[in-house]
Amino acid sequence: MELLFEKSVTGRKSHILPECDVALVKPSVQFQRVQELNLPELSENDVSRHYSALERRTYGVNNGFYPLGSCTMKYNPRINEVTASMPGFTEIHPLQPDHTVQGCLEVLSSAEKYLCEITGMDAMTFQPAAGAHGELTGIMLFKKYHEANGDTRRTKIIVPDSAHGTNPATAVMAGMTVVNIKSGEDGCVDLAKLRAAAGDDTAGLMLTNPNTLGIFEKDILEITKIVHEAGGLVYYDGANLNAIMGVVRPGDMGFDCVHLNLHKTFSTPHGGGGPGSGAVGCKSFLAKYLPKPHIVTEGATLKQVYDCPDSIGKVKSFYGNFLVVLRALTYIHTLGREGIAEGAAHAVLNANYLMKKLSTCYHVVNKGICMHEFVLTMEKEAKESHVTAMDIAKALLDKGIHPPTVYFPLIIPEALMIEPTETEGKEMLDQAAEIFISIYQEAMKDPERIHQKPETTVIGRPDEVNAARNPILRG
Amino acid sequence: MGNYISSTKSQSREMLEEIGLSSMNELYGQVPGHLLLHNNLDIPEGRAEMEVYDMLKKTADKNHIFPVIFRGAGAYRHYIPAIVDTVVSKETFLTAYTPYQAEISQGILQSIFEYQTMICELTGMSASNASVYDGATAAAEAVAMCRERKRTKALISAAAHPDVIETIRTYCWSAGTGMELIPVKDGKTDLSALKNMLDETTACVYIGSPNYFGMLEEVEEAGALIHEKGAKYIMGVNPIAASILKTPRECGADIAVGEGQPLGMHLGFGGPYLGFMAATKAMTRKLPGRIVGETFDSRGNRAYVLTLQAREQHIRREKASSNICSNQALCAMTAAVYMAVMGPEGMQEAAYQCMSKAHYLADELEKAGFSLKYTGEFFHEFVTESPVDVKMLMEHLEQNGILGGLPVENGILWCTTEMNRKEDMDRLIHLIREVANNGTTI
Repeated sequence: MELLFEKSVTGRKSHILPECDVALVKPSVQFQRVQELNLPELSENDVSRHYSALERRTYGVNNGFYPLGSCTMKYNPRINEVTASMPGFTEIHPLQPDHTVQGCLEVLSSAEKYLCEITGMDAMTFQPAAGAHGELTGIMLFKKYHEANGDTRRTKIIVPDSAHGTNPATAVMAGMTVVNIKSGEDGCVDLAKLRAAAGDDTAGLMLTNPNTLGIFEKDILEITKIVHEAGGLVYYDGANLNAIMGVVRPGDMGFDCVHLNLHKTFSTPHGGGGPGSGAVGCKSFLAKYLPKPHIVTEGATLKQVYDCPDSIGKVKSFYGNFLVVLRALTYIHTLGREGIAEGAAHAVLNANYLMKKLSTCYHVVNKGICMHEFVLTMEKEAKESHVTAMDIAKALLDKGIHPPTVYFPLIIPEALMIEPTETEGKEMLDQAAEIFISIYQEAMKDPERIHQKPETTVIGRPDEVNAARNPILRG
Repeated sequence: MGNYISSTKSQSREMLEEIGLSSMNELYGQVPGHLLLHNNLDIPEGRAEMEVYDMLKKTADKNHIFPVIFRGAGAYRHYIPAIVDTVVSKETFLTAYTPYQAEISQGILQSIFEYQTMICELTGMSASNASVYDGATAAAEAVAMCRERKRTKALISAAAHPDVIETIRTYCWSAGTGMELIPVKDGKTDLSALKNMLDETTACVYIGSPNYFGMLEEVEEAGALIHEKGAKYIMGVNPIAASILKTPRECGADIAVGEGQPLGMHLGFGGPYLGFMAATKAMTRKLPGRIVGETFDSRGNRAYVLTLQAREQHIRREKASSNICSNQALCAMTAAVYMAVMGPEGMQEAAYQCMSKAHYLADELEKAGFSLKYTGEFFHEFVTESPVDVKMLMEHLEQNGILGGLPVENGILWCTTEMNRKEDMDRLIHLIREVANNGTTI
């Protein structure tokens, strides 16, 4: 389909602004732009139809099943969008005086209170805009803590090899070096290896629990103890919190700091890759290092405090993605105490149910009960019949299902990582299981055919190697 | 009360049976028993949708919406064409994930490709990424792009936005990169000071123009000085101003960054906003985050994909150029729709109106005794001194539905956009005179 630029017609335009009601002032010649401003010239109708066509070439949770592992593609309640569109929130300037933004401060303060309760933390910042941004903020807190203790040789962050790629990348951005530890046979943290890695140079451990295989680390209390005894801190990557929200708290497991992906666990939409919110919570001994400002209650009013001498500073403008936090708060109000735990339990139930159904045909990596997600491996089929995880993913596209996460976690060859979430009903899971199984059976019968998939999508498999070798990054 | 679980209770029981369990509690057998919460979180009961709506409407009503705003300082109230919110509220755009599966994500991918093209046109640069979190993080990521083995120091203009300075400071401290502030002289970056500060260890220099005080910097002269010492030049721009001002490319910048909020995003108490980043061809592979590229598919069609992923965390882990994985896709689309509907003429009209109104207001304020603090050219913001008590002035304006300029050190930072009508500015001046005449002169 044509690009906006290719639809441009010289002289075509919309009439948005009235005529200027004061005398025209232009910058002096030395400041004026020389290059012509080559933006597309379109009517509003052109723009409307263009984006409607793009919408038809996009797949959202509203279109169907989206079992993308570790991404928690649950239903995004529309009431969240309604509250986040209230002019009383959208039209508020971030630098208005405190007494004119009591509602906004209340949103941040309530969200902090409830999310601290859910995670077992004591204080929270909403400045980080995404999970990776939250991780960076959290590891900065660790760095600051060790610096304040004069413990400057603590520069190593321990990361299990099953971790999200953001964990090691984050540690490096925070000036740390990464110590990768190999997972045990069962996919969990190998305690002996952790003991060997932890020492007086350990700044901390970054861990997801349940881990990326969808397994709850049963030795979690021992894990956090080992790191604490070595003088390090423990960071909770909240990507998988959906399995346990309201059921068990990272703070009670011994974690010192967490980030939440409000766009996963707390139902705010992903928007095609953002905006999200990577709220960071911590125990009280780290609270003074959180980004500034902090909100405090003074009598009946809320106030922003900038005088935070120990703070790491700012990690973003203003207070983060406020309207995303508002959506998450809306969700918490809707679910309440019981609904939150109920959501988690149903996410786990759905995963186990689908896992059981698929285990009749696929090789499931998990043993026993999984948490919110599970992993299949196509290792054997790839070797014997050249049918890969990617082939299964591409065949699903023709069946109206968004493929699972592929080739992750890295420790499982030919991985398909499936996270159904709690908002799918039994019929959807039954139907999905049938589709997964029929794809598998067809592929085994005719392995050549599956390499041609998808066949019904607007494009076939794209040539990614060409895209990287001969980059065309603009129209 | 409310939840979004689809299965009925009896279906859930069937599913439990199917997996060989008799109760939901058994799902958590791996969790040490004494850690389980048993629904005793200190959070209120759930509510029906209508109750939640009422509750948050009441919270929203506790905020004060100013009908007239003369405050910018990093967040600007522009007119948002009706079609912008219509397009970006489409369910599919809202609920889609990062476009990993290109075959069913051509819509999002193409929209980002178009956004990248527009940012390149606006800045004159060769390549744009798919966006980052906001203007401040874009600046901090740009600084990180420039660090080399022997060049480990960043020089940042003290006239940059305070949040930009603070965010760069945090990122630099974290990564162990040196950072020094270039002093300000008459509201602009002091270039003679910059000249003395530049040396062989300087990785990059960040200058925003218009800067925090609204002033247009001597951007070309700065570029020449910076390149003479082999450092990289990061230029911060306002995207509306960029439609009429010399492009970062024309000024010799290696990287252009900025806050994209003016391109159709609501004030929203500070976010979500949009960080845009564009670079020269030579620096393209150092850009952090997502980038969309054009290729072809197995059927020979034009196709768009996420590309140059060898820079990214999910492939490179600890060797990645940044840990960033998401962009602000929906905000990037907002900016693209805004620019598409405004067109080149509309964008420039908005820019001229911002600038013209600021100059009208500055003249009127001067007549009312508020002298301009700095002498150079400015875009749509400027600093005045205040002959009256600033707090009292702001309160008086507030009572009359006006959010005045931002009180800054020894003055007030004013801002106008195309939204500020002449009659509003005249009313502002009238109110200011009222305060002055009430004997509150200090």
